Amino acid sequence: MLESQALAADKTGTTKVNDFVIRFANVNGTGSASANFLFTKAIFRMGVPVTPKNIFPSNIQGLPTWYEVRVNENGWLGRREGVDFMVCMNPQSMHQDVACVKPGGYFLYDSSKHLHDEFIREDITYFGIPLMDMSNAAFTDPRQRQLFKNVIYVGALSALLNIEFTALENVLQSQFKGKEKLISPNIKALQMGVDYVKEHFEFPLNMRVERRDLVKDSIMIDGNTACGIGAVYGGATVCAWYPITPSTSTPEAFNEYASKFRIDPITGKKNYAFVQAEDELSAIGMAIGAGWNGARSFTATSGPGVSLMNEFLGLAYFAEIPVVLIDIQRTGPSTGMPTRTQQSDVMEAAYASHGDTKHIVLFPSTPKECFDFTAESFDLAEQLQTPILLLSDLDLGMNDHMSEPLKWDDNRTFKRGKVLSAQDLEKIENFGRYLDVDGDGIPYRTYPGTHPTKGSYFTRGTSKNEYAKYTEDSDSYKKNMDRLLVKFNTAKEMVPAPHFYQDEKKSATAIVFYGTSIYAAEEAMHILQKQGMVMDAMRIKSFPFSKSVEEFVNSHDKIYVVEQNRDAQLRSLMMIEMGINPNKLIPVLNYNGMPITADDIISQIK
Amino acid sequence: MTFYKPSFRHPELPKNKLGYTSAEYEGVISTLCAGCGHDSISTAIVQACFELDIEPHKVAKLSGIGCSSKTPAYFLSNSHGFNSVHGRMPAVATGANLANKELLYIGVSGDGDSASIGMGQFVHVIRKNLNMVYICMNNGVYGLTKGQDSATADVGSISKAGSVNPYPPIDLASLAIELGASFVAQSFSGDKDQLIPLLKAAINHPGFAFLNVVSPCVTFNNNPGSTKSYQFAREHAACTGRADYVPVMDPITKSYGEGEVTTIELHDGSALQFHKLDNEWNPEDRLSAISALKRAEEKQEVLTGLLYINRNPKELHNILNTSDTPLNRLNEATLCPGNDILQDINEGFR
Repeated sequence: MLESQALAADKTGTTKVNDFVIRFANVNGTGSASANFLFTKAIFRMGVPVTPKNIFPSNIQGLPTWYEVRVNENGWLGRREGVDFMVCMNPQSMHQDVACVKPGGYFLYDSSKHLHDEFIREDITYFGIPLMDMSNAAFTDPRQRQLFKNVIYVGALSALLNIEFTALENVLQSQFKGKEKLISPNIKALQMGVDYVKEHFEFPLNMRVERRDLVKDSIMIDGNTACGIGAVYGGATVCAWYPITPSTSTPEAFNEYASKFRIDPITGKKNYAFVQAEDELSAIGMAIGAGWNGARSFTATSGPGVSLMNEFLGLAYFAEIPVVLIDIQRTGPSTGMPTRTQQSDVMEAAYASHGDTKHIVLFPSTPKECFDFTAESFDLAEQLQTPILLLSDLDLGMNDHMSEPLKWDDNRTFKRGKVLSAQDLEKIENFGRYLDVDGDGIPYRTYPGTHPTKGSYFTRGTSKNEYAKYTEDSDSYKKNMDRLLVKFNTAKEMVPAPHFYQDEKKSATAIVFYGTSIYAAEEAMHILQKQGMVMDAMRIKSFPFSKSVEEFVNSHDKIYVVEQNRDAQLRSLMMIEMGINPNKLIPVLNYNGMPITADDIISQIK
Repeated sequence: MTFYKPSFRHPELPKNKLGYTSAEYEGVISTLCAGCGHDSISTAIVQACFELDIEPHKVAKLSGIGCSSKTPAYFLSNSHGFNSVHGRMPAVATGANLANKELLYIGVSGDGDSASIGMGQFVHVIRKNLNMVYICMNNGVYGLTKGQDSATADVGSISKAGSVNPYPPIDLASLAIELGASFVAQSFSGDKDQLIPLLKAAINHPGFAFLNVVSPCVTFNNNPGSTKSYQFAREHAACTGRADYVPVMDPITKSYGEGEVTTIELHDGSALQFHKLDNEWNPEDRLSAISALKRAEEKQEVLTGLLYINRNPKELHNILNTSDTPLNRLNEATLCPGNDILQDINEGFR
């Protein structure tokens, strides 16, 4: 009965070429990830822009997990609500999976078991394929039966959606490089899916993929991997870290690439140290110790880790020690939703630790920026002698994104900042570790062990004078605090500059966004523009705000500030740091743990 | 408290092989209470480094928070120092050591810093076998906050304010041995004849060296019932009636022979017993070291001397297999794989 329904596919009759959302509902721990990735990557290899999002539980095995793929040849790759095609492999979530399919959409399920009437909707088309029975018949190993069930549905989808079989083969070949014997059973499973569709359904559907040349030289990479590679290129030699979702894959990526490209060719020893600490306190403490001693060091964590690291961040701010902290934000507060995304550590990062503290914060939006900003953060940390906090998020960090390729200028040198050598010290009468020699608030430092009698200092989190001597003198304390503010102001023009979407002012209304909101915001701007709403736009890439940010804000009357948190945290920073009238900053917020959508932004602006 | 340090030195002060006098290993004037055991330990560190011909600038001094953690300012002024946050010296020392394996790392901590807030870090730095000298200046009391019990205070000991400590003490030395520390020694701040050789041995040890030094707090742990007290200050305190009175006195020094239980008589007639390890002691036997420590504890004695040593430890750099060149000396030529490799990496993501 259901199959005959499927033959009458495309109930709406509309054609959706390279513009749809497909969602896979799986049970976590069943090996669905690699099959789903195969599906996405094949579309990417057909030159069609595509973005996947993992919506996964904080669990290892047995709970529902979804993989949502948006195919969009116009390059709008933010999340979009509504599912055009549901692949449901999980009886646990079937009620909601049926419900979320848009009218006219499709529903593929494992018909090895009967689909109950309660799951039947008249306005969608069903594809029942006996995946488990097919897999059991074709494979003997229980694990393989489980895995290839997934690959069979990818094969079926390729026929239904017009995905080139050679693209799939192609992906398999690169996926199993060095493990070639795994390729043929995968191809066998794919072919089983294709054959089943050929025998039972009309295909391809009107909703389909067609080859394009839109991907060009883009890569598909997750932000955490890009951060890890960025740390290798940025010259990090000490990585101390503690496992926490969603940041763990950042240090792991660093270790993976460092273990390939940082091995001494003669001794086989490592030109880096990779240490799993006992907790986040220790992780950042190690990074700070290494930074003090002249190594480029970093740690990576998420919100709860940043909370724990607060005391140390204050120490590094006050003792002026370079360190890089990569925060892959997740949904807070407290443990929150560990596997959902948010931009809710903004205030935390900007003012981390007690007392008057302010930090440099960078907001990458794309994997390319994750790479660039991570590498650059080591320069900034050493130039400014202070912590640099790089705020990515789960969406950017753990999901693959289509990105510009990574690039490195081989003439680039590391900017090590104001470090005095033994020869420099010989020429200096009066070394003062916290002396503002150049008027930019940035003092000179020495590495331990530089000179037998000059340049040593005793750093500390307690108040000290310009010569690093302990003091409780009010004037000395205040002078030091004021110098730190001078340094903070110096940083404003050193951090990544904002991106403006227009050369000159076109409207008194503007939209401001940062981080992963870029995808939805750009799409929303495009839609609104088509509807006749012209707005100027600025993407902020860092804190503190540069003069150009301030000028932009001051030259507009009404500014929508798009954020993925409840409390409009960047808006608060704008109010606090630039003295902006709150009435002109209108928050546009999403904080449900899912990446923000263009529709969401539009509904809040209109 | 001394506030003036004479710049004039005897012109014929002995010099070590590097041509330095011991004065060149000193620090700034201590601001600790007169008679504080910690100052004796600082002096012992100066003497040990001088006698070992260590280049002062090749030492990094690190500490946490508390009276003990102030002391790195009071020795080795030509060394870089880092007074970090409470209980976190081990992490900072670990990072510093990873950055440059060629320096000598001396970490100073106290019983509050190590046995309470920093217990996690103490445990894990031992587990990592970081190549450093870790000195715990152990006085059983929170001095800088005026006399609260620490986690090494004996059960039943009475604080200056009169409260009785209801909890048993943590024995850092046996814990260190239990956790696999490769060098564990115990001493008394007033016994420089023992302390200096132990410090020298610790400095020369190629792995984690832990020195637990009983270092009485003359101001806040001098009450009857406190086994880490010098009760002789009591009359002075009573005489002024001020709880925070700082008595003026000289540090107590006492030497004793090997293999004997020595009672150090305090000014008021109370005593502290030290049991020295005898010549028969095998410091490479972990189990007997732990049982000897436990037996001493039952007898309310403090075992001093070298308790345990593993002479061929695998320290953290060996475990991690880091480069022979210190990491902080590597430049972009070594560290940055370059654009060609990056383009290959890109290719893997297409």
